[in-house]
Amino acid sequence: MKHLLETESLSKSNALLIMDTAEKLSVISDRPIKKLPTLRGRTVVNLFFEDSTRTKISFEAAAKRLSADVLNFTAKGSSVSKGESLKDTALTLKAMGADAIILRHHSSGAAHLLANSDWIDATVINAGDGMHEHPTQALLDAFTIRQYFGNKAGDLAGLKVVIVGDILHSRVARSNIWLLTTLGAKVTVVGPPTLIPANISRWPIKIDYNLDNAIENADVVMMLRVQRERMQAAFFPTVSEYSRRYGLNLDRMNRMSAGGIVLHPGPMNRGIEISSEVADSSRSKIVQQVENGVYVRMAVLYLLLGGGEEL
Amino acid sequence: MNKLKYVLSNVRPYGETPVDVVIENGMIVAIDPAGSVSNVENIDCHDLILLPGFVDLHCHLREPGREESETVLTASRAAAKGGYTAVFAMPNTNPVADNAGVVEQVKRLGEDAGLVDVFPIGAVTINQAGSELAELGAMAESRAQVRIFSDDGHCVSDPLLMRRALEYVKAFNGVIAQHAQDPNLTHNAQMNESELSAKLGLRGWPAVAEESIIARDCLLAEHVESRYHVLHLTTARGAQLVADAKSRGIQVTAEVTPHHLILTQELVKNYDPIFKVNPPLRTQEDVLALQEALASGIIDTVGTDHAPHSDEYKNCEWDQAAFGMLGLETAFSILVKTMIQTNKLTWRQLADRMSAKPAEIAGITNHGQPIEVGAPANLTLIDPVKNWTVKAEQIESKSKNSPYLNMEMPGTVVHTIFKGNFSLKDGKVKK
Repeated sequence: MKHLLETESLSKSNALLIMDTAEKLSVISDRPIKKLPTLRGRTVVNLFFEDSTRTKISFEAAAKRLSADVLNFTAKGSSVSKGESLKDTALTLKAMGADAIILRHHSSGAAHLLANSDWIDATVINAGDGMHEHPTQALLDAFTIRQYFGNKAGDLAGLKVVIVGDILHSRVARSNIWLLTTLGAKVTVVGPPTLIPANISRWPIKIDYNLDNAIENADVVMMLRVQRERMQAAFFPTVSEYSRRYGLNLDRMNRMSAGGIVLHPGPMNRGIEISSEVADSSRSKIVQQVENGVYVRMAVLYLLLGGGEEL
Repeated sequence: MNKLKYVLSNVRPYGETPVDVVIENGMIVAIDPAGSVSNVENIDCHDLILLPGFVDLHCHLREPGREESETVLTASRAAAKGGYTAVFAMPNTNPVADNAGVVEQVKRLGEDAGLVDVFPIGAVTINQAGSELAELGAMAESRAQVRIFSDDGHCVSDPLLMRRALEYVKAFNGVIAQHAQDPNLTHNAQMNESELSAKLGLRGWPAVAEESIIARDCLLAEHVESRYHVLHLTTARGAQLVADAKSRGIQVTAEVTPHHLILTQELVKNYDPIFKVNPPLRTQEDVLALQEALASGIIDTVGTDHAPHSDEYKNCEWDQAAFGMLGLETAFSILVKTMIQTNKLTWRQLADRMSAKPAEIAGITNHGQPIEVGAPANLTLIDPVKNWTVKAEQIESKSKNSPYLNMEMPGTVVHTIFKGNFSLKDGKVKK
């Protein structure tokens, strides 16, 4: 692997390798000095064309714990009309000697474009591209699920995972659909039909428009953030109707399997897609997801930049 | 007109029996048995097929306003290279060709280039904004003699405005050429709506956005008894709608682009914007249905939608990139590949779709005429078995955004004759 662009084409063995590596790296957080020298002298650039404080600091923390030099490059536009092009930005970063570029971009396919271009030969890690994919988010979600439902094979075979919300516009949903099914989970997506992509009957998932049905005995429920602007575009009538039909409250949560857990990629809209009682309950592993994000991203950087020494 | 007299010897009109075709004063003056004509300059054309010069009802010449990507001169060179003797320039220039002044300017630029007849298409609405009718009559009566009106790139989506436009142009035998795309169903759309668009995270462009406008417009054209032309039809269902309308006697004609006859949405997978085009590439089923519709005559003509873009508009993120691809220089070879080599069209039928029908739709009589004595010498000579490779440095267009770069193409345009003169000779553009 040179780049991490998507989970759709990520093999099960590579997914497990990343998760196993993350598990080993998590141990250093218990040490007094939370740092490994692995990437000393390597330059990692956080190239963000879209605001995302949490993903950016997670990658930054991961790179710094591996002793990489981290440059943060926040660009506003990326088009001929709005400012510097991705091409010119990439040429600039090449000149600065970037070894890896962590790219967050509002355009689907931007990470593919950068990785396939001859502008720069650095490793490209997709930190979210438009509505396409957000592979490290899915990896940290899978890693978190495994912590609670791990089996001997290290995969997620047979687990019932329900992803709820705006599947149509969600890169988190897409990355999770591919990765979790690769790892053997049974995935159901739930949302209003307007927010489920058309023509996906061949995807290896179940589609349900009724959360009360789908949540029965679920091992994992993953709530997606709902954007208010979707209401203006008539994807659903009102936020309160959305919340009534697709929000996760205590009643619904209690119908999950006995050890079932609740995930959310953040930031949450408390009281809309998730009630405060659920967000703060013991089933909620949302804070754990944030911690695991650092380990998974360390693992990705470690493996892609050829960390070398055995852990 | 030039006084030059010469003979195209041993040439096969429509791929049929070889003859000698004598050209004088920009006209075909004699068609005699092969090898019988002497005493005039001889252009040896054995193995070449003679067709009427191609007519493209749909291209973007970019001048005035976007001269960094194309000019009327460079597009004329591309047209000559592709075997065209007449091209129709879409009005989405800057300023928009929505008045007599701009269409006359484009007409004059075409005359200055002198390689093909350039016919301006007038905008239907002021600034192509879809709210007020442009001065269609003034454009029709101008020196440019505009007969085709279109807001191409934009759909005349307001049904009342569309009705009025269809009605109004009847006064001068005009036709409204519609870019059929309901803007409300395609807001920020990026590719054909499908399982693949869902996977790639690109906003879907549903077929129904095109088909619903075609259906509506056919009904409007029927109601006001006017002529309606569907630009770049892309779906199987759209072709069906046109077939139904024709069978009911509605005056509808339709166009397909070369790229929609060969390329499919699968090419979007790598997010290379060279394949970003409006309307989008559809499915293999659509491609086959379009080929069938062109073969049966449900689709009347091939329009290239030649859309030059300079590098910065294509070498970027998919959703930032401009729509469109080059077409003039490769259209003929794509037709050979998709329609001739598959035996879906004969050479005569190809000439009908590439020359006669578009000339008829546009109401022009100096192009697309049958090859016979007295016809204007706007002609194309092609070598059906000679292949060529698309090379960026050999593209005549100012822009290089061809989806076929470095691909081998079947069938070569050898000479193009415009008003009796060679605009292309032995594959080289004049001047």
